[in-house]
Amino acid sequence: MNIHIKNGRLIDPKNRIDAQQDLFIAAGKIAAVGSVPAGFVANKVIDASGLIVAPGLIDLAARLREPGYEYKATLESEIEAAVAGGVTSLAYPPDTDPPLDEPGLVEMLKHRARNLNQAHVYPVGALTAALKGQELTEMAELADAGCVAFSQADAPLTDTRVLMRAMQYAATFGFSVWLRPQDSFLAKNGVAHDGEVATRCGLPAIPVSAETIALAAMLTLARDTGVKLHICRLSSAAGVEMIRAAKQQGLKVTCDVSMNHVHLSEMDIGFFDPNCHLIPPLRSLRDRAALRAGLLDGTIDAICSNHAPMDEDAKQLPFAEAEAGATGLELLLPLLLKWAQQEKISLPEALAKATMQPAQVLGLDAGHLSVGAAADLCVFDPEAYWKVEPGALKSQGKNTPFNGLEVQGRVRYTLVDGQVVYQSKPTA
Amino acid sequence: MKNPQLNKNGELQHLLTTEGLPVQIVRDILDRAATFLDAADVHEIKKVPLLHGKSVFNVFFENSTRTRTTFEIAAKRLSADVVNLNIGSSSTSKGETLLDTVDNLCAMHADMFVVRHAQSGAAHFIARHVAPDIHVINAGDGRHAHPTQALLDMFTIRHYKKEFHNLRVAIVGDVLHSRVARSQIHALTTLGVPEVRVIAPKTLLPAMVENLGVQVYHDMTQGLRDVDVVLMLRLQSERMQGAALPSAQEYFKYYGLTEEKLARAKPDAIVMHPGPMNRGIEIDSSVADGPRSVIMSQVTFGIAVRMAVMSMLAGAAV
Repeated sequence: MNIHIKNGRLIDPKNRIDAQQDLFIAAGKIAAVGSVPAGFVANKVIDASGLIVAPGLIDLAARLREPGYEYKATLESEIEAAVAGGVTSLAYPPDTDPPLDEPGLVEMLKHRARNLNQAHVYPVGALTAALKGQELTEMAELADAGCVAFSQADAPLTDTRVLMRAMQYAATFGFSVWLRPQDSFLAKNGVAHDGEVATRCGLPAIPVSAETIALAAMLTLARDTGVKLHICRLSSAAGVEMIRAAKQQGLKVTCDVSMNHVHLSEMDIGFFDPNCHLIPPLRSLRDRAALRAGLLDGTIDAICSNHAPMDEDAKQLPFAEAEAGATGLELLLPLLLKWAQQEKISLPEALAKATMQPAQVLGLDAGHLSVGAAADLCVFDPEAYWKVEPGALKSQGKNTPFNGLEVQGRVRYTLVDGQVVYQSKPTA
Repeated sequence: MKNPQLNKNGELQHLLTTEGLPVQIVRDILDRAATFLDAADVHEIKKVPLLHGKSVFNVFFENSTRTRTTFEIAAKRLSADVVNLNIGSSSTSKGETLLDTVDNLCAMHADMFVVRHAQSGAAHFIARHVAPDIHVINAGDGRHAHPTQALLDMFTIRHYKKEFHNLRVAIVGDVLHSRVARSQIHALTTLGVPEVRVIAPKTLLPAMVENLGVQVYHDMTQGLRDVDVVLMLRLQSERMQGAALPSAQEYFKYYGLTEEKLARAKPDAIVMHPGPMNRGIEIDSSVADGPRSVIMSQVTFGIAVRMAVMSMLAGAAV
């Protein structure tokens, strides 16, 4: 099927394009940008007047809950949410039940996702068996089955010898290791940042040192083993500073931050809002400012949704007992635009954090609109206002701290491999 | 952010915390409590029909005979029907969620819930989910708040010291884990106490506690200097397991209230404790039973203050 997307404002951060240009798609790939290729006959014309045509978003952390947590969400519901949010590729953390520690599970997941024929799903394999932090998984087998990296998700890895071995083994094959830095002793029982709000609310706290101590161990071992390290969900100013220094010293480390932490702080917990119970904890306003500065100067490579849909019961509990996490796939784009507006940065600069940059972390040739690339696109109306209403989200998880927020930016078309997988009506 | 314990007219709908409680409401509670005390003997409490026909449910997810009993007495003196529920030992252990329990209790036509729960924020959670005509009183939620305790402490302070604006008050002990301390701090600062001190080792103080409006002392002899009121906190024995303290003996030596340490306070300083006391751990018996101790008054005043809160929530005029 040949598609001609006309009159749109084309934004391609990687190729430094931000201009009104037409896009031509043939055989699932981008056939031409700007002028119509010889002999091209469109089967379908999309009029993108007033819309932005961008690479599909790439999300480094989206839990679709299968296998094991189908009562929270399903592959069907969450992939629908992904494409409704303009997300065309997503990395799938291994914290399923059972965890993604066996090739068979990974193959099944890939197969299920492929049959849905919507967003691309990239499983991140478990770094240790059952995520228990004791024995290594069969990383090479898992990679053959489709894993793009290896991670502990939010499970602790307290044994530093196992951590070193895991990194050495991954480095042997050139695999990436993705880790969220949190010392499990310092974080024990904690549910909120060790600061003003936890003190006022009497919530068990997680100090910043839980992040920096773990980060120091990870960076040290990455240096020693030469592994490709990706740091997940940075939360603190001190953490940003450590990554900045490590990068300056030439260490090949990348890192991401969740969209929640770009916009929220401990203050949003207010009167114990369980939707603000997140992993890592929302930290101080100063930390949030440092995360934003880290995004601007390139210390932080990517912004992810850290999508964690859950059933209603999981949040209908006092703050500490409520499950941590938020749904996020459908909010990634509008919150990215909001951030760009607040920081007064250009749209290409902002979109890079959720397209070309995460593609680099994943080692994918994606997140750009070069001729010959897969036609994964997000076509959105940057002006469309809408109000976040949990009931209207496609995600089965309605748990969002942005409930009621007025946002700008609505996806109109999502294309994956040149197929329109999502389409919405223009808002009046 | 809407204050969840006030209704749209700014009146008390629930009592969840002393934080953000308008000073006039605090004063009204204290004034009303005074009316329940016998004019001839302040340690006698009248029985009044203010809550006749109303039912008060004591819903305790965490056991506490003492606090529950004082609420029960308060409700009975107001002529309310009282139902005591120790949920800790029934529903939740059978897998019923907190929300289910609350829904069930609402269906039993309660007018008021007195709630204690081990989780910070549980009272707010319950208040958010009850029917609009039900009032919730927080009788202690995790480390967060214990507002009636703090209000009875304020009543006691006012009884002995008359004013708040000229006082120096020290809170001594495990502030980190204490809902009482948090509620006391907010109540004291709301009432205009110019100097509130907290005295504790660093392991028993929460981060940025000074942002609550207190001065931090680690040395008790310095911290008690010239104070008018000493508020002692209970030390839980599990603090020794969590590596917060080496031993009860060492704690007593440095942070236990003895005659010798109390001598640093003003000669007319009063000593208070929310109970139950650990004698020989946070307080020496000679102080607990001594002339400066007003601990027994706290207990009596506690009933009057709880009567005041309950009758005010029920909208009863005195």
